[in-house]
Formats: sequence, C-alpha cells, structure tokens
Amino acid sequence: MELTSNKFKENAARALVDLQLQKALGNVEKGFIGKRQKSVDALPEFDALRDNARDIKNHVLAHLDLYLEEYERKVLAAGGHVHWAETAEDARRIVLEICQKAGARTVTKGKSMITEEIALNDHLEANGIEPVETDLGEYIIQLRGEHPSHIIAPAVHLNKEQVESDFRRVHTHLPEGRDLSEPVSLLSEAREVLRQRYFAADVGITGANFLIAETGTSVIVTNEGNGDLTQTLGKVHVVVASIEKIVPTLEDTAQILRVLARSATGQDMSVYTTFSTGPKRADDPDGPDEYHVVLLDNGRSAMLGTEYQDMLRCIRCGACMNHCPVYHAVGGHAYGSVYPGPMGAVLTPSLNGIDETGQLPNASTFCGRCEAVCPMRIPLPKMMRHWREREFERNLTPLTARYGLKAWAFFAKRPRLYRLAASFGMPLLSLMGGSSRRFHSLPFAGGWTRHRDLPAPEGRTFLQAWAQRETQKQEAGQ
Amino acid sequence: MTLNEPKVAGQPRVGLFATCLVDLFRPSVGFASVKLLQDAGCEVHVPIAQTCCGQPAYNTGDKADTRAIAEQVIEAFEGFDFIVAPSGSCAAMLKKHYPGLFEGDALWEDRAKAFSGKCHELISFLTDVMMVRDTGARLDAKVTYHDSCSGLRELGIQEQPRKLLANVNGVEVHEMADSDVCCGFGGTFCVKYSDISNAIVTKKVGNIDASGADLLLAGDLGCLMNMAGKLKRQGSDVEVRHVAEVLAGMTSQPPIAGSGK
Repeated sequence: MELTSNKFKENAARALVDLQLQKALGNVEKGFIGKRQKSVDALPEFDALRDNARDIKNHVLAHLDLYLEEYERKVLAAGGHVHWAETAEDARRIVLEICQKAGARTVTKGKSMITEEIALNDHLEANGIEPVETDLGEYIIQLRGEHPSHIIAPAVHLNKEQVESDFRRVHTHLPEGRDLSEPVSLLSEAREVLRQRYFAADVGITGANFLIAETGTSVIVTNEGNGDLTQTLGKVHVVVASIEKIVPTLEDTAQILRVLARSATGQDMSVYTTFSTGPKRADDPDGPDEYHVVLLDNGRSAMLGTEYQDMLRCIRCGACMNHCPVYHAVGGHAYGSVYPGPMGAVLTPSLNGIDETGQLPNASTFCGRCEAVCPMRIPLPKMMRHWREREFERNLTPLTARYGLKAWAFFAKRPRLYRLAASFGMPLLSLMGGSSRRFHSLPFAGGWTRHRDLPAPEGRTFLQAWAQRETQKQEAGQ
Repeated sequence: MTLNEPKVAGQPRVGLFATCLVDLFRPSVGFASVKLLQDAGCEVHVPIAQTCCGQPAYNTGDKADTRAIAEQVIEAFEGFDFIVAPSGSCAAMLKKHYPGLFEGDALWEDRAKAFSGKCHELISFLTDVMMVRDTGARLDAKVTYHDSCSGLRELGIQEQPRKLLANVNGVEVHEMADSDVCCGFGGTFCVKYSDISNAIVTKKVGNIDASGADLLLAGDLGCLMNMAGKLKRQGSDVEVRHVAEVLAGMTSQPPIAGSGK
C-alpha cells in the first residue's frame, strides 16, 4: 500500500467527519476492551504470564541467530524448504517463484499482516495469479480494494450494511431477495463462496503467529478455520513470516498463547490453533505436497541492539490499538501505514524510516494505556518518544513546534526571567479574561481555542503570591 | 485532619514543586497544597528557582533542554526530605523519568536517583506517606473524579483521592463512565492534533455530564483546563476544580474557567 503516514492529519480530519466510520469505531471501544478485561480478571496469574511471555521473547531476541538456524534445520529435517528474504522485494519474488513453479493460477490466503507488509497481493495479480483472501474481514476489504484498518480485525472500520451492499454487488450469482441483515448470514454467504475457491487453489499462503525452533513448526491462530483449509487443501503451503516470530519450544508457545487471545479478543484461546510441520508425510491423510517458509527481515535485524528492540516482542494481538484513544477517534486507515495504532507508531518508522512517518509517534497523548495492556510489556510510549528524539536531532520536528519549544525552554531554564515575565504576563492575561474567567479565542492560542475555551489565569502567579505572603509574615513577625 | 501514624518521624521538610501550570494559571492549587501538607504535619518550602519539570521538551524529543531543566530542578530541591507536586504527570516526570536522563553519567546518575526516590504526587503523598485519612474539609457537592493518565498508570493513583473525598463532609461521589480514559490533553498534543484532541475530550465531557455530578475534580491542571475549556465551550454548567482545593476546603476562588454557562 502507498505510505501516507505524513498525511496523518489530513487523513484524520477526514476520518473524524466520516459518520459511517465513527459508528464502526464505536464497536472497537465497546467490544474489545470489556471482553479483554473480563478474561484477564478471570485469570489471576495473567500478569505473571505476561512477565513470562516477555522474558521468553527477550531471550529469543538475545539469541535470534541461533534460534533461526535451529528452526531452519528442523524445517529442512521435516521435508520443508526455508527461504531467507532480506527485503520485501525479495519476499515477493520468492513467493511468486514458488507459485509459478507450482503452475498456480489461484492462491488462497489465510490472514497475514506480513503479506500486507510486502504488498504480496498486488505483486501476484500483476503476474497473473489471483490471490483470494479467506479470512472474512480480509475477504470483505479485498472486495472493496481496501487495506486492513486493524491488525486482527481488518474490516473493523465497516458496518454490516456496507458489507451487505458489497456482497450484493459482487455475489451476483446468488438470489437477489436473500436475507443478509445479520452478521451470521454474511458469514455463511462468504463461507459458501469461499468454499469453492479453496478447491480451485493451487497454493495456500498463510502467515505465522509463531515459528517453533525445536520442532520447525509454524503456528497460526484463527477463529474461522479458514487458515486450516488454506494450508491443507492446496498442493503447496507457503508460510510468510518475519524473523522475530521465533520461539524456542512448544512449551514457550503454549505460554505465549495464554496471553495472546485474551489480550486480542478476550477469548481464552482462539477457536483454531493450528500447528504445521513440513509437508504431508507418507501416512498423513491430508496436507500439502510442498511446505515452504519465507523468513522476512525487512529492517528487523537492524532494530536489534537499538532502543527499538523491545518492539520485536510484539505478538500482534491488537490490544494497544483497541485501547488507544487516538485510534478510537480516527481508526486505522488514518495512520497511512500497514500497521496502525501504537504498535504501528513504533514499528512503521523502523520499517519505513522516520522521515516519511514522523507524524505517527507524535500522534499520541502518552496516556500509557497501550503499555498497560500490552501482553508483552512493550514500552510503547517510551519508544514513540525515542522516535521524537531522532526527529529532533535531525531537525525534522516542525518549525513552529521547534521554535515554540525553544522560546518556552529559554524561560524555563532561567527562573529569574521566567518569574519576571510571568509576573507581568499572567495578571494582564487574567484582566483580559474578564468576569467570565475564560477566553473564547486568543491570538496564538488557536490550536487550543478552536475547540475549547481557555481558562483565564487567576492573576498573580503562585510564586509571586507566595513571596509576598512570606514577606508579610516576616514583617508581621518583626 | 485525621491521620494514622505517618511513615516518617518528626516534621518532614517538604519542597513544593508547584508546577508551571499551577504557578501561572491557578495559584489556589499551590496554596491548597501548602495547607494540606502543613495540616499533615510537614514543614513546607517553596524554592523560588522553580519553573517547569521539562515535560514539553522531553516529549518533543529535545534531550538537551530536558536535561538542563532537570538539573535545575534537582539542584533546587534535592535538599528536602520530600519533593511534592500537585500533579501526577509532573510528579511522574520527576520520579520516573529523571533518572533515565542521566543514565551512565557518573556525576549525575546517583544524584538523580536519590532525588527521584523522594518525589511524590501530592494526594498519594498525603495518604501513603503522611497517612492522612480525613482532611476535615466540607463541601456540599456532587463530584466526579477523572483519573489523569500519568498519575494513574505511572504512579498508581486511583484509590487515594477517592478515599479522601469520601471523608469530605457533604461530598457525594458520582463515578463517570471511563474515568480512566485519557481526556485528550496530552501536553502539546492538544494543540498539535487539535481535532483529535477535541474528539477525545468531547467523549470525556459526555461522560462527565452523564454522571450527574455538578463538580469535576482531578489531580492534574493540564487535564482540568482541557476538560473545563470543553465543558464551558459546550455550555455545560458543571464546575471544575483541582481535587486539592476541595480537600483543603479552599473553594472561595471561582472554579477553573469560571462558573455558569
């Protein structure tokens, strides 16, 4: 997708007046938060599990090379293939070659943010191969020519009426009078349509929630079962996953699974948790003939050893965006990047560079709710602040903000001058506030007064009034 | 004022870090803080060489200015037994973020850590260190309390103000929905992303109005000015004050952004 993160403000302005979107965003705020809280409350050891999950990933990141090599050995031993992709372009090329070699005309896809990151669908289409998204949300946005607005609920920006009209537009072979008023009827219809596509597909492409080093297994979690059909019905199964998805053991996977679904949807476990190790063996009843793993770096190894390394612990649960007041206000598309919300505000600059994405780590109130709910305890606000530091060092901070800050800092660093200026300025401003004790508008405060009144100061500053009180006390005492 | 046995012996010397917003916009909060601290048995000092905690620079990525300001604050306050600020976000800056500014600096790191160990937000200092249970104030009002983000999530301030408010004679607490959700202030965020900030604060004042309270309280002046400004712009007659004003029984000043519609 085209990166429009630096148009975040324009994107956000449109989102704020989009009534359909605003209605849909209400579901994020109401749905996810309560469900997560309920499931967390029901598990007293949840915080201990979070610590454990964090420690597992920290350990992996400290020894990533070793675990990746071990994982590769185990995949090969199980009869699979491993492809190393340094860039998105490499990954696209590798997947296309596998598909072409299999003579594929249609490929089915399980839900995968990594294939969004490498813009795989466009590349396949450009080369005459039709990708079919099989996750309901992904299927819907594919029909609409859109990108996911949320990492686990790609169509969360839509209302069911919009989906109904898309289905009626595209599924013209079905009776016109059919009832599509309920989400469940939409789901059944998508299932029915997709069922045909699974059998036509030559290759199935999925992402991975985990890659297990001790067994060479890839793991996906889904709620619709589409991932299983995608990866077992095609002749070839391609897993596209980024290098930080590695976990050492099955036991570690089980540990992190316990925090994943709870944080994401409030489920104890997702409906399907599917483990895939290599292609079909001689006595297996089903499975693909070929099993490929494309391991994508795309800037991640450069994050190791930096102040952004903790971001590589992310397990893509979406809890940060589900709890983000900015995401609630503008939705995922406003971020103009593959990954929205707080995790996107940290990851996107790492992947695409801060020059093109500087708006994202700035568009946060630092309310800290994302960090408070992150199952992997990623210090998201801190890392957004680090990006602001990188911007400031390189003079990328907008000039108005920079000059405003410098003017303020000039006084903040000179207490005497600060007191002098304040002792004249604040009483004057107080007088101007009149009897209403507030300003409806004020020069140079448009950013504030466009939407809210500015409270007038009381008059003398606290330091002024305090000094006077102390002097009076001393005089009275003498 | 009623207290249990304080955790400190004798009369602790407390340096009041008023915060720039209180100094400039709402001195009443400074005086209310002094009264609460003195009533709790502290000897209160207000160092004259104070301006701001440095958050605007810190959150804009300006490390040099942040550090210069932090050094100035530490120098002015490190001699006290405790440093107390009537703001969760400024107190969190002093307590949680200052040490990180000096990481690896042989001269300053330990000094910053020692300083940070003595820093507290006002209300939690009263309840958790000075063991205050009842400030002896009275006010007939239906109040609702907003949990400011930094105080709540960085310092764990949630029960403390509510416990003290429950003991204010005449006060009825009406909890609003989502009291722990950001008000949209976010320091410079509210002017840099004015429209998004507006969307967030609009939801917040909806919850405030729906609570049935006639007085909104919180422990951070930035959030209070944001919410008061929005309430007044929308024509609400809910009044707004810093929680310290009510706990100190000092509500003679007009409320923040005035009263009435």
